[in-house]
Amino acid sequence: MILKAEGVSKIFGGLVAVNEVSFEVSEGEIFGVIGPNGAGKTTLFNVISGVYYPEKGRVFFKGKDITKLPAYKRARLGIARTHQIVKPLNELTVLENVMVGACFGKAGANLKRAERIALEVLETVGLSDKAEVLAGSLNVPQKKRLELARALASQPEVILLDEVLAGLNPTEVDEMLKVILDIKAKGITILMIEHLMHAIMKVSDRIMVLDYGRKIAEGTPEEVSKDPKVIEAYLGDPDLALKLVKKEGSA
Amino acid sequence: MEAFVSALLNGVLLGLAYGLAAIGLNLIWGVMKVINLSHGAFIALGMFASYFLFHSFGLSPFVSVILVLALGLVVGMVAYFIALHRVISAPELSTLLSTYSLSLIIIGVGTFVFTTNPRAIDVGLGSLHVLGTYIPAAKVLTGVYSLIFTVLLYIFLYKTWTGKAIRAVSMNRVAAEFMGVNTTFILSLSFGIGIALAMVAGALIASVFPFTILSGGVYELKSFVICVLGGLGSPLGALVGGLVLGLLENVLTLKMSVGYVPFIEFLILVVILLVKPSGLLGKE
Amino acid sequence: MKRGYTLFWLVPFLLVISLYPVVTKSVIARETVFIILMYVSLAASLNIIMGYAGYVSFGHIVYYGIGGYVAFYLMHHVGVRLVPAMLVAGLFSALMALAVGEAVLRLRGAIFAIATIGVNEAIKSLVTNLSFLGGATGMFFNFKIYRAYGGAAKAIWYAYYVMVAVTLITVVVSYFIKTSKFGLGLFSIREDEDAAFVLGVNTKRFKSLAYAFSAFFPGMVGAVFFFKAGNIEPEDAFHLVKSIEMIFMVMLGGYGTASGPVLGALIYERLKGMLLVNPLFKNLHLAIAGFVLLLIVLFAPGGLVGYLRSKFRKLRGVLE
Repeated sequence: MILKAEGVSKIFGGLVAVNEVSFEVSEGEIFGVIGPNGAGKTTLFNVISGVYYPEKGRVFFKGKDITKLPAYKRARLGIARTHQIVKPLNELTVLENVMVGACFGKAGANLKRAERIALEVLETVGLSDKAEVLAGSLNVPQKKRLELARALASQPEVILLDEVLAGLNPTEVDEMLKVILDIKAKGITILMIEHLMHAIMKVSDRIMVLDYGRKIAEGTPEEVSKDPKVIEAYLGDPDLALKLVKKEGSA
Repeated sequence: MEAFVSALLNGVLLGLAYGLAAIGLNLIWGVMKVINLSHGAFIALGMFASYFLFHSFGLSPFVSVILVLALGLVVGMVAYFIALHRVISAPELSTLLSTYSLSLIIIGVGTFVFTTNPRAIDVGLGSLHVLGTYIPAAKVLTGVYSLIFTVLLYIFLYKTWTGKAIRAVSMNRVAAEFMGVNTTFILSLSFGIGIALAMVAGALIASVFPFTILSGGVYELKSFVICVLGGLGSPLGALVGGLVLGLLENVLTLKMSVGYVPFIEFLILVVILLVKPSGLLGKE
Repeated sequence: MKRGYTLFWLVPFLLVISLYPVVTKSVIARETVFIILMYVSLAASLNIIMGYAGYVSFGHIVYYGIGGYVAFYLMHHVGVRLVPAMLVAGLFSALMALAVGEAVLRLRGAIFAIATIGVNEAIKSLVTNLSFLGGATGMFFNFKIYRAYGGAAKAIWYAYYVMVAVTLITVVVSYFIKTSKFGLGLFSIREDEDAAFVLGVNTKRFKSLAYAFSAFFPGMVGAVFFFKAGNIEPEDAFHLVKSIEMIFMVMLGGYGTASGPVLGALIYERLKGMLLVNPLFKNLHLAIAGFVLLLIVLFAPGGLVGYLRSKFRKLRGVLE
């Protein structure tokens, strides 16, 4: 088990955003996290990456209890993430943005090596031609790729992807899925939140479903899409239930 | 005992005026998320406006204050469009510096025109005998006027449509815009009101203490302490903060040297920012 | 952050300016250059916390005042010589910054700025009340102190050389910070502190260190300045207007760049000098400074260097 959560709860002023959630992720797999809006998916990512500390429960990384570890130390251990709402370092160049990941993440590179890593990663995500451009001037899909590049440059063991497909057109989605599978091929474990059902169903090895902060199902994409509790959770939006089963949905 | 009563009365009256001086700063912060570093300069401008209306037209500060209010509103709105409109969504450094430039310009020109010689307005109203102690009538009027202006601001913010729009913008600028509020107008109006109140406070204080073009700085720093005490962004907090500060200044000096008062004030400022940034009244 | 060629012209440039009064033996030139160097060092130091890390220390002059007082006390009462007193002063300022930073660096944006003003004012009023530091009137040197340096005239030249050294060191150190991994971490904090934290930057330690560096040099500058002046008082040492001047110079030259504060300081000193000798503008120099600052903030937030860098890409390697 590379990552494990035990009964994790996160409460915001009386509102239980994540409620007693436990799960395990094994090395090298793609672990999808889905659920309706407000199910607590991003909050769960924030607990794993150290942005918040949970009120209850514990988080383990490679058997080590990291529940109380500050975010920057987790980054150094090898947990990297992207943000749903992109956080580019606007006044730095794209290259410098990615170098930050390489310098301060697990890679712990010096500036020279960081630059090499960054150039490589930019190649992977297809941003090479933008290396010297200020990050603030990129468009949204490019900023998403930058987020991914920055996380990759840290040479993580686990990467948390928070809706990297949102807002991309179908071609871009396909490109991004290819990148994600490449990352997996390198042996990096992936946790991903996604609303785009057909996409996450296609690439995930296992999927966990959250609803109102609770885990309501877990299993292979096949199992999850047939689970009556999952169908019920999505009943508020019947279309979503449909999308769950439909493999060739539109973005 | 008499000294204590006098300190209390003086403290409350001055505290009300301090509160009024700070309330504009708080309104501007609350609505625009701008720390107005030109606040002190505008307080000084209010002092001089009152001084000239008194010496040139013989208007008592307690009459001319209405004119100062109107002048402040106009000047403030113009100042918004000159110095703030362009950078209102930029990082805080920009608005901090642009309001500070305003201050430099006002104080620079003010020093050039008025020099830094001290001036005073002698309204000649004598003193009132209250609870066994004598208080200058101007001070009493200053306190009462400050209270009236504070109450008027309250009625405006809570009972009128425009006031409600101001509060809406302070809660969520984008949402207010979607609801059909003309945010540019509201932002400039808020800055105008904030400046007008600063100038009114200056005009009133000028009837109590002598002043120079640089005097505003002292009240600006006090206003920071007051706003932080009462909670940044909360107009009622400013009133409470002002009272606390006024009492502190007058009661503490019964027991210790005046020199330590600023030290204690700024210590309070820093400590509250660190321990309870929402202020004494604020919720966690 | 790739290292370019900025130092290859910046250091010789500063050396030429510094040597001018030595070669011409002009006391007037020495006084002017002394002030320029002092401004350069102060602006370059402030730039570390303000320009690199994005924390606008509005009351930054407090560290200059603290350094000035520590050194003055050591020289006046203990008989320590200038250079050791100055080093102690710098370290003391840096330690104060670490302690103060532990508290105020938790605040962000404008609130941080206000808190630093509060710190400056609180320390100023505290010093005003401390009788062993001379209270409101401050302390005066006994002229015998200058004998150890060969008399007052030589002591002033000595102070000048020390200031040259301090300034060069400040500029070089601030350049190396900017172009180091540490600097990259600071810039990431400036751009988005939460993102930097998640990317692995130990934001708390980085900010503290940057704050300590940016206090160390002003501490030394204060020591040299008040040694040369022969007296120190709270109103001079903790004058908020000087803080604003520092910010002004950083903004004028280009915040976050290594060469910007140097050029900003130079231009500001010359501008101020020109305005002050002109009878018409003499009393208006503050207003004009305000007007220029407003224009910079509204229309050229990157300052002179920022503007040149965006206009001429080729200059980027020499204008960092």
